[in-house]
Amino acid sequence: MSLPLLQRRLYKDKVMRTVMRVLTWLSLFLLVAIGIGLFFKSRLILSEHSLWELLSGREWKPLSGEFGFLPFIVGTLFVTALSIAIALPIALLSALFLTEYAGSWVKRVVFPIFDILAGIPSVVYGVWGTLIIVPWIADRLGPKFVDYTSGYTVLASGVVLGVMILPILVSLLIEIFTIVPQDYREASASLGATKWQTCWKVILRKALPGIVAAVVLSISKAFGETIAVLMVCGNYAAIPRSLFDPCYPLPALIANNYGEMLSLPLYESALMFAAFILFFIILIFNIISRWVLRNIERNFKL
Amino acid sequence: MEKEKSESSRILQRFAFWKSSTEKPEAPLVEDEGEKSEDAVIDIENLNVYIREQHILKNVNLTLHDKKITCIIGPSGCGKTTLLRSINRMIETTEHLRVTGRVCVDGEDIYDRKAEITHIRKKIGLLSQRPTPLPMSIYDNITYGCRIHGERNRKKLDGIVEKYLRNVNLWDEVKDRLHTPASALSIGQQQRLCLARGLAVEPQFILADESTSALDPISSKHIEDLFAKLRKRYGIIMVTHTLRQALRIADYVVFMYMGEVIEQGTAEELFKNPQHELTKQYLSGVFS
Repeated sequence: MSLPLLQRRLYKDKVMRTVMRVLTWLSLFLLVAIGIGLFFKSRLILSEHSLWELLSGREWKPLSGEFGFLPFIVGTLFVTALSIAIALPIALLSALFLTEYAGSWVKRVVFPIFDILAGIPSVVYGVWGTLIIVPWIADRLGPKFVDYTSGYTVLASGVVLGVMILPILVSLLIEIFTIVPQDYREASASLGATKWQTCWKVILRKALPGIVAAVVLSISKAFGETIAVLMVCGNYAAIPRSLFDPCYPLPALIANNYGEMLSLPLYESALMFAAFILFFIILIFNIISRWVLRNIERNFKL
Repeated sequence: MEKEKSESSRILQRFAFWKSSTEKPEAPLVEDEGEKSEDAVIDIENLNVYIREQHILKNVNLTLHDKKITCIIGPSGCGKTTLLRSINRMIETTEHLRVTGRVCVDGEDIYDRKAEITHIRKKIGLLSQRPTPLPMSIYDNITYGCRIHGERNRKKLDGIVEKYLRNVNLWDEVKDRLHTPASALSIGQQQRLCLARGLAVEPQFILADESTSALDPISSKHIEDLFAKLRKRYGIIMVTHTLRQALRIADYVVFMYMGEVIEQGTAEELFKNPQHELTKQYLSGVFS
């Protein structure tokens, strides 16, 4: 015997609402749980060393109990900043070209290519970096600037990471430029603006909040990217002084050592702390970018 | 038949009424900057527009005059907007487009292979259906056109802003907030802002694509009055859906149907004495 139609519909609605609510909170809870878990796991090292000592320490000698995270933090920030500095201008110009200048057949051919590029596993980029970029820096580019470089450098990591986030960034930016209403282009063009003037003064301006959001998304990805960077960064725990020095970002540190050194409880705790720092950097970065986004409309009078 | 007659005579009455009202002496439009050449015209010869296989405009021949208001009327989908957009080549944003024939602005064929479009568009302003303030301040909106054409002098730009905002009767409403976002203005103010922005690059012609249809009646009247005032200096070509608007302000009228120009002439001729059966039917409201 079935319930009357109305009651069944209302019941279904109620069930679905509950399911969605639970799932939403569950994923939110997971995030908090990971944060708390990492914090608890790193309590051991925090009880041995002060927070400041850990964050500002330059020496990494786990066997003699010295855990300085500064080289890793600097390495992470350096590589990420370099990658976005490489990827953003290229992505902006390519996306503008594809949305504003290119004919429809070019779009049809090129859009899927970027999606495919975005889907290539990162280890492939790592191999490409090791086989092409690293030797090129060691043999060709490096000698022009420094006496010696192994090629496994900040520069190599930045290039590989930049190339990795490029397709995602282009895809996102294309979406963003496409939703800028056609009216703006016509308004600008009807005043006699060239395409470039329209792009520079109207489209980029109007799309600015979207561009910031896209950059945030790709930087967040770049922060955590592990395997490709690990293959080309040199894995050397010292603060890099130039583009031609090796570095050792946090994700690489964790991936290289986790599982090997677990006999030392303090070491395990140190790695957990590294993960916690990474977690925290991304969190702070996202909070800052939210704030920037909130202020952008007012400051640019969009 | 009886009814039709009374309808058309009513229209004529209204027409006569508006004619007399617009002929009242008006305040001069800011300062006079010397007369422009009298015979600036847009000549359209054998213009055909195809989109994919569809024949949108069929062999259009028209002459559009400077310092007059030309209204393009006709039922929806008859190609009014396409015709308007082909006058400044804005139509080229459409894909699978084919244009044959000539559109000459001041004797220069804008569809010529070697024609450079930005300086032609500078001569022909466009006021679209919905107001489109650019994403910047009121001040920057007005100066946008001048800046892209290379004007950098701050004093000059200040002067331009005031002059053209006064031209569209917006100055007093916005003079204290020139550096606030243009998008914060009311929709009627936005449309006047867009008109001022178009005027600031000193065009010869203004294309208006149903520029009052998205506005409330008061703002709509405001724009219309501005057009009536602006005809002293500019050639205005407007597409309109409302016959009454054409009756009120048109000097010349072009009636289109199914992509063809059925009839054209001075407003007086065309409204008083339409020659073509379709025109008669349209004017008397048989279809719209």
